[in-house]
Amino acid sequence: MALSISELEEFARKCRVEIVKMVYRAQAGHPGGSLSEIDLISALYATRMRVRPDQPKWEDRDRFILSKGHASPGMYAVLAEMGFITHEDLHSYRVLGGKCQGHVDMKWCPGVDFSAGSLGMGLSFGLGCAMAARLDNSERRAFVMLGDGEIQEGSVWEAAMAAAHHEVGNLKVILDRNRIQNDDFCEAQMRMFDIPAKWRAFGWEVKEIDGHNMEEVMSGLDFLEATNDKPSILIAHTIKGAGVSFMEDNPAFHGAAPNDEQFAQAMAELGEVVA
Amino acid sequence: MSEMAATRDGYGQALLELADNPKVVVLEADLGKSTKSLHFKKKYPARTFSCGIGEQNMLLTGAGLAASGYIPFASTFAIFTERAFEQMRNGVARPNLAVHLCGSHGGTHTGTDGSSAQSIEDLAIYRTLPNVVVMHPSDYVSTLELTKQLPELNKPSYMRTARNKTPVMYRGRESEIVIGKGITLRQGTDVAIIACGVLVSESMKAAEELAAKGINATVVDMHTLKPLDSDLINSLVSQCGAIVTAEDHNVIGGLGGAVAEHLVKNTFAPLEMVGVEDRFGESGQSDEMLEVMKINSKYIEQAAHRAIARKS
Ligand SMILES: Cc1ncc(C[n+]2csc(CCOP(=O)(O)OP(=O)(O)O)c2C)c(N)n1
Ligand SMILES: [Mg+2]
Repeated sequence: MALSISELEEFARKCRVEIVKMVYRAQAGHPGGSLSEIDLISALYATRMRVRPDQPKWEDRDRFILSKGHASPGMYAVLAEMGFITHEDLHSYRVLGGKCQGHVDMKWCPGVDFSAGSLGMGLSFGLGCAMAARLDNSERRAFVMLGDGEIQEGSVWEAAMAAAHHEVGNLKVILDRNRIQNDDFCEAQMRMFDIPAKWRAFGWEVKEIDGHNMEEVMSGLDFLEATNDKPSILIAHTIKGAGVSFMEDNPAFHGAAPNDEQFAQAMAELGEVVA
Repeated sequence: MSEMAATRDGYGQALLELADNPKVVVLEADLGKSTKSLHFKKKYPARTFSCGIGEQNMLLTGAGLAASGYIPFASTFAIFTERAFEQMRNGVARPNLAVHLCGSHGGTHTGTDGSSAQSIEDLAIYRTLPNVVVMHPSDYVSTLELTKQLPELNKPSYMRTARNKTPVMYRGRESEIVIGKGITLRQGTDVAIIACGVLVSESMKAAEELAAKGINATVVDMHTLKPLDSDLINSLVSQCGAIVTAEDHNVIGGLGGAVAEHLVKNTFAPLEMVGVEDRFGESGQSDEMLEVMKINSKYIEQAAHRAIARKS
């Protein structure tokens, strides 16, 4: 899809509205990390992913692994915008029998490639997908979205080491560096010091961008697509809760829903008229 | 309506009450707000260690502290304790180091987070580890009391707590709560219902339904799965002659499994197990999940009828 920067921004704005609506309706869920990742996933799906929404299991599709699977409203909003599921399906978020399970689940939702919810698993899974593509002589790629709190899990670094060792160049990671995890700011929970240097030391190609500036997002995705001799990671500096003032940079909205008043304010800030 | 409170809050309160002992330390893995160790952290930051999102490291750091004379209490969601199962096995249970692990948000009752968060196997896996005491209390007061008894154990333990509120049953009955001793909540001679955790109050409801039909059930809160209160089970067998177990856990390996293992070795009584029938959960409200999994009071009552019908 060839979308202009302003069209991509509008795509992401619509997704933001759906994210807040989903969490509000369910009165549960994770708005913060959905809003921080959304510009990145929107641009990735709208302009890069080789997928067929009418054929979600097409064998040679690119894979997208939302390893921080709690940030599922962001992914569901994009899948709806892309046509994998309907906007009506978004009403099933956290509802019994719904396609939109609390955490993304490949058994329940078309377009979801990985059942997540337990942090630190997606990078290894992506590595397996990328290795399979290589064995199949396929051009398909595996994109993995990681949270910054998530990379405290040791298994992430097992996967990082293995990916570089095996020179898995079709494995491409986006790190949502929103500086907040569950209980608090990352800085308070577990300092990670120089994150780009850590990935470089593990043998990865690294680029840093502002994850809410659509032009930088697009050049970041160019970088991921162009790096094929080794695994690559785009470290996107983001704001947790981006787009809704009272959620921004606020650990309380990692996993909490807005009340009626906050919902109305969020809709107004996102330029959405609610009947 | 009766008082409601979450067992995880009982755990949080117990840590505060244990704090007078300067050897008590707390370990977290970015879920202290949820498991309720956060209150201890606020009051005693120097004795609280954030391990980031790193459960494996948390367990073994706890082992090192325990081997050095400290009494570590580590917590995360029940499901994520399982990430560190082998650390618990080889690093904690095998050297018999008294690390106290608490897994909150256990069972399908946890609700809309969905199957990835609903541990239905924690009680089974920890029960297989030598030296480890395994508990799943049903109410706030018993969680508080049982947690406070842990430092005297000098052995490792695993305790499952629940996310959602359950009826408070033991106000004023604190002295009856002892690790390893089941509590008889109701006496009857037709059938004995042995339950743990969230399903204890469901079992009481089932017993009331049964009573309305002229069937008198004993209800036991078996908060400790290991060591199992085998004397109590033997007396239930002679008193009632039919047993039902009830748990928000896979029917394989949990409370039902523990009771079955005891029965086949020692004495005979028909046993019906109410539990998750070896399947994963999904997103749903907690009451919906008990229905979907067929483990609420209605199913416990049905199981009681089946068990009674099997008496010879
Ligand atoms: C293994 C594991 N431990 C703990 C959790 C509970 N948990 C859910 S979200 C979260 C914080 C995640 O922070 P981060 O990766 O930074 O995600 P984001 O800020 O993008 O929401 C935690 C600890 C989990 N899902 N998996
Ligand atoms: Mg984060």
